[in-house]
Amino acid sequence: MNAIPVTDTRLSKVAARDVNVFYGQKHALKHVDLEIRANDVTALIGPSGCGKSTFLRCINRMNDLIENAQVTGSLMLDGDDIYDKTIDVVQLRARVGMVFQKPNPFPKSIYDNVAYGPRIHGMARDQSELDEIVMNSLEKAGLLAEVKDRLEESGTGLSGGQQQRLCIARAIAVAPEVILMDEPCSALDPIATAKVEELIDELRENFTIVIVTHSMQQAARVSQRTAFFHLGELVEVGDTEQIFTNPQHPLTQGYITGRFG
Amino acid sequence: MENVATAAASSQAVAKRLKKRYAAERRFKALGFGAIALALGFLGILLVTIFSNGSTALVQTNIRLDVTFDAETLGVSPVNPSADELLRANYGGVIKSALSKAFPDVSGGQRRQLYKLVSTGADLPLRDKLMANPGLLGTTVSVWMTAGADVDMAMKGHVSRKPGVEGNRLTDAQLGWLDELEKRDAVTKKFNTTLFTTGDSREPEQAGLWGAVVGSFFSLSVTLLVCFPLGVATSVYLEEFAPKNKWTHLIEVNINNLAAVPSVVFGLLGLAIFLNFFGMPRSAPLVGGLVLALISMPTIIIAGRAAMKAVPPSIREAALGLGASKLQMVTDHVLPLSMPGILTGTILGMAHALGETAPLLMIGMVAFIVDIPASPLDPSAVLPVQVYLWADSPERAFVERTSAAIMVLLFFLAMMNLAAIMLRKKFERRW
Repeated sequence: MNAIPVTDTRLSKVAARDVNVFYGQKHALKHVDLEIRANDVTALIGPSGCGKSTFLRCINRMNDLIENAQVTGSLMLDGDDIYDKTIDVVQLRARVGMVFQKPNPFPKSIYDNVAYGPRIHGMARDQSELDEIVMNSLEKAGLLAEVKDRLEESGTGLSGGQQQRLCIARAIAVAPEVILMDEPCSALDPIATAKVEELIDELRENFTIVIVTHSMQQAARVSQRTAFFHLGELVEVGDTEQIFTNPQHPLTQGYITGRFG
Repeated sequence: MENVATAAASSQAVAKRLKKRYAAERRFKALGFGAIALALGFLGILLVTIFSNGSTALVQTNIRLDVTFDAETLGVSPVNPSADELLRANYGGVIKSALSKAFPDVSGGQRRQLYKLVSTGADLPLRDKLMANPGLLGTTVSVWMTAGADVDMAMKGHVSRKPGVEGNRLTDAQLGWLDELEKRDAVTKKFNTTLFTTGDSREPEQAGLWGAVVGSFFSLSVTLLVCFPLGVATSVYLEEFAPKNKWTHLIEVNINNLAAVPSVVFGLLGLAIFLNFFGMPRSAPLVGGLVLALISMPTIIIAGRAAMKAVPPSIREAALGLGASKLQMVTDHVLPLSMPGILTGTILGMAHALGETAPLLMIGMVAFIVDIPASPLDPSAVLPVQVYLWADSPERAFVERTSAAIMVLLFFLAMMNLAAIMLRKKFERRW
């Protein structure tokens, strides 16, 4: 049940080797080996509780926040060990951004939402640089046209889809290398979902994206690589087309054809 | 046929059950309404009693007398007396001669009764008047003077003005003079500024609340300065930083228990630690404020933690996901969002502290203090203790003043609660 080795010669951005996660006694993630390639969208699919979100949250160490969560094995980001003692979590999270399941803008203005990250990391030397970062991020998130006249209004006053794109703008404002998305469209309507999916495809040019999704159509639409998790194990990983047309493992086949899940 | 019958029977049973359920709901609503009405009724009775008793203390009977600033009676040199002379002059004598002049046919023995019509403190305004304008020396001016407390009570109808009634503190002769003064239009009721500008006194007509108000202000300032930063820091640490183990759990349980400890115990603690161990001054607002801080701290911590718990975890995740440190997450997001709740809790804790009496008795704030405190180190009274002291005084005139003091206390409590509501409204944010 080991992962299919990476055959592509493209550079791997994140490399997981024998990653295990324990929540107290519960073995939530078992011996995961997974390569995430740069500038790809990698979709993590699988039934609820299969460990895909757990794996996602290992990459920016959000699991640190959970009491008695324990991670073993090695996770490398561009050759740096994510769980090394010398790695600063704050720096790591600036390199690995995250977009959450439910849109969670700060109850501040749209501008301040995007500017918060650059401010705490001291990325702008003056106000005009900060303005530029904010505008660029909103532009890249495809939100600028809709909000440019009301940057001072509260971010929580936007629609759900706009809020999620604001969260994406906020994440890319700190110029991360990897963006983790934890079911970013599960709280959105189909039209907003389509916009976010389109955006994900555009972002691929500059960022490496890992997305957890419950929608297999979404995985098929937006991703180049797909990894299927089941009961804490990585069952199969491969090019998205191959996974959906010619799955190697009977479990994968069962899941994508809707026999369970 | 059978089916139809059972269907009819069951529908009847359903209707019956429904009726019962609605009846139960109506009963419950009626009980709830009754409980609220009862509570409001009692509150109404309380407020009406306090206000009807206390409102008369807002005015004070004054008597008009033609006062001659006679240099001889005053005991000062008739031409250009020095300020020192004027300060020590015998203004009581001036009042006495004015009274004697108003009722010339009163003989020697009865004069003492006559002098009691005017407050013993009435000489001070005369002194101020003459010192402000020394040119009045030798002239006669018509002056309104504070009446004695017994006259005041009689004029307000708290005691009978019929001669010979038992419990009447005025003699028949005094009542006669009072009637005579009224005929001359020389008696009136004026706004009782004394009540709001002076400190405590044994004489009801000279007793004021200002000393207690200032004392309460100093005490609460100390309380706020001590327990707001400590309380907020504690709740931030416990809520956001402390590991969840049995030690922090024990601390939590104890903080909750502290909120329920009788406040007089904190007074004893203050007596033992602040007074006896650290040797701080007795009756001082500084010590009172520290003791009150001990009492309101658990309230602030509990309110602060509840407010921080109410901040959605998604906001914390968003901040941390952007690479904010835990402290940045707290100061940039959690604290601003929980501030309305923290401030409300703080003001309610302060309001609680403002009304505390028992612990302050333990540290000597029950002393009779006339002077208005100039700093938190001066001996002082506070409002609830002033209420307690006046309620304990035998003079009839202190009854209405007790109610007036309660009104002032209630006014400040209402203001603080209003401030809490306004702060909550102002800082409230939706997400």
